[in-house]
Amino acid sequence: MNRLNTQSNFSAPDDFYEQLIEAHRDLSTEQSHAMNAALVLLLSNHIGDLGVLAQALETARNTVQSAD
Amino acid sequence: MDEEQGVGDIDYQALEFDYAPRSAPDTARHAVAVVGAGPVGLSMALDLAQRGLKVVVIDDDYRLSTGSRAICFAKRTLDVWDRLGVGERMVQKGISWNVGRVYFKGDEVWRFDLLPEQGHRRPAFINLQQYYCEGFLYEQAAGHPNIELRWKNKAVAVEQRDDHVALTVETPDGSYTLAADWLVACDGARSPLRKMIGQESHGRVFRDRFLIADVRMQADFPTERWFWFDPPFHPGQSVLLHSQPDNVWRIDFQLGWDADPVEEVKPENVIPRIQALLGKDTRFELEWVSIYTFACERMDSFRHGRIVFAGDAAHRVSPFGARGANSGVQDADNLGWKLALVSQGLAPETLIDSYAAEREQAADENILNSSRSTDFITPKSEISLLFRNTVLKLAQHHDFARKLVNSGRLSMPTSYTASSLNTPDTADFSGAPPLGGVAPDGPITIDGQLDWWLGQLSGRFVLALFCNTGIPDADALRELAGLQDDPLGLKLVLVLSPALAQRAPDGYACVVDRQMTLARRYDAVQGACYLIRPDQHIAARWREADAPSIRNALRRATCSPMEARP
Repeated sequence: MNRLNTQSNFSAPDDFYEQLIEAHRDLSTEQSHAMNAALVLLLSNHIGDLGVLAQALETARNTVQSAD
Repeated sequence: MDEEQGVGDIDYQALEFDYAPRSAPDTARHAVAVVGAGPVGLSMALDLAQRGLKVVVIDDDYRLSTGSRAICFAKRTLDVWDRLGVGERMVQKGISWNVGRVYFKGDEVWRFDLLPEQGHRRPAFINLQQYYCEGFLYEQAAGHPNIELRWKNKAVAVEQRDDHVALTVETPDGSYTLAADWLVACDGARSPLRKMIGQESHGRVFRDRFLIADVRMQADFPTERWFWFDPPFHPGQSVLLHSQPDNVWRIDFQLGWDADPVEEVKPENVIPRIQALLGKDTRFELEWVSIYTFACERMDSFRHGRIVFAGDAAHRVSPFGARGANSGVQDADNLGWKLALVSQGLAPETLIDSYAAEREQAADENILNSSRSTDFITPKSEISLLFRNTVLKLAQHHDFARKLVNSGRLSMPTSYTASSLNTPDTADFSGAPPLGGVAPDGPITIDGQLDWWLGQLSGRFVLALFCNTGIPDADALRELAGLQDDPLGLKLVLVLSPALAQRAPDGYACVVDRQMTLARRYDAVQGACYLIRPDQHIAARWREADAPSIRNALRRATCSPMEARP
C-alpha cells in the first residue's frame, strides 16, 4: 500500500505558501472555506489512491482533535 | 563603565565626538563623499580608503548608535568585514548560536540546528549590538589616513553638476559647500538626501507594531533563538528571545496595530510583559526599549547621476531574517571596487549602473523573503491565520510542515546570476555555486601555515587556477601571469592539491587546498580556473585557462571595451 508522504515535497516551500495565501486574497471567510473545500476535492481526485487519502484524512482529523 | 561589560570594552553608546572647525574653506574637490556614519557608511568609507581613495564622511550627529538595534550579522557580512580588517573583533565580541526553537501556544513544535558546515572561517552569523559594530568600524575608520570624519556636519541641499556633486553642509560655524566627484548616500531609512532629489521609496507598509526590550540579566537560558507563536504569556501575538554579549537579551513582542506607542514604552507597561515571559522572580534591568513599525520598500533606482544610494536609504525590510544592516554592508561591498575603478579612470561610469542593477535585484530578494516571514508571523486574514496555525500544529509531527514554518529566513547573499558583468559559462559547473554567486570559502595552507581562502581574495580580481594533478608548463604560466599587468588589477593564484604542495613554482602565489575542499566546492577538476571579482563574486570560469578569454571576461566584468580577437 502506498504511504502518505509527509516529508517535504516542495522544491520551494515558501513559494508554495505565498501562492496559497495569495489565492485567498480578498475573499470573505465563507468564500475561503468554500474554496478550500474545492481545493481538497481537486487534489483528492488528483491523488486518486484511496489508501493514501484515508491516511491524509486521518492525519488531518487528528490535528483538529489535538487542538485545544 | 558597567561592570558586566567585558574587560577592554568601552561604552560606545556614551562616546561623543567633537565638531572640528576648519581653519580654511573647503575648496578641495573630493573623490568621494559619504553621507552617514552608520554601519553602511563606515564600511563604505573603509572599503574606498583601502583602495587608496580619499574619503570624507559627514554625519549630522556626534554619537554612534544608541540601543542595540541591528543585532544579527551574517557570515557574508563578517567576510566583508574581514576584508576591511574588522571581522575578527566583531566575531570575538559577538555571540554565535546554532539552535533555534519554535513554540506554538505552550508547546515546542520544532527545534532546528544550524550547525555550520565545516571548512568556513566564519559562522552562519553572530549576535552583536549595533553600538559595538559601529564602534569597531568607527575606530578602524578614525585610524585610517584616507578617511576624514566630520561630525555635526548636516547635508541640507544637493546639486548635481556635470562632473561633480555640490553639497551644502550646515555646521555649528555656518554652512559650506562640499564638492565631490561622487556622493554615496548612507543616510538611513528616512534619507534626507533621497527627499532632496525628489525621490521616494515604494513598497508595502505593514500595519503592526512591535516592542523591542533589551534587558540585562543573569539568565541560565542557552544561547538559542526562541520564537513563540501565540504563547500563553502573550496571547494572540508573537514573541522572540535572542541573546547578545554582556548578558543582554533581546525580547521582541508583537503588539498589533492598535497598541499605543507612547504608553507601551513606559516601564510600568513593559516590565509586566517581560515578567510574564521570564517569571515574576527573575531580576533584570531594562537597557533599551523601543516601539517600531516597518515597511518593505525600495527606491526605484539606486543611482541618480553622481549620487548613489546604499543601505536603508535605498531599501528597507522588516527585521525578520536579519536583512537590513547585512544587505547594506553588502551594498558597500559591491560599490567600493566599482567606484574606485571609475574614480581612477580605469573603468567607465556604466560600471556604477551595474551596482544599481545588482543591488536592486538583491533588495527585491530581501524584500520578498522578509515580506513572506512577516506575512507568516502576522497573518492578515482569518483564513491566513487558520493556515498558519495548522502549519504549526502539523510541524510538531511532520517534516513538510516544518519547512513551511517561517519565523525569519536566514540572510543569504544574493547571487548576481543575471548580471551583465558575468561571462556566460561554456562548460558545466553544476556542482558549484551559480555564476554571479559568492565564491565559497575553504581551509588552505600558505607556506605551511593554516589560513582561509577568502582571505586571499582581498579586494582585487583574482584568477584562481586549480592544479589538482599537475602544474601547467612555464610558458603557459607566463602567459597567464602576463594578465597581471592589466591596469584593472588582477592577481593569479595557483590552488595546489596537497600532492603538489612541494612543487609550487617560484615566483607565483600558491595556496594548498589541504582537504581538497576548494576543488569540491568549485566543482574544479584539473586545469579549471575562476575569475573572481574584488567583492568575491564569481565573474567567469572555464574548464581550461585561455588568456584571451580571461582578458575579455575581465573587461566585461568592468564594463570596459572588449579587445578584438586575433
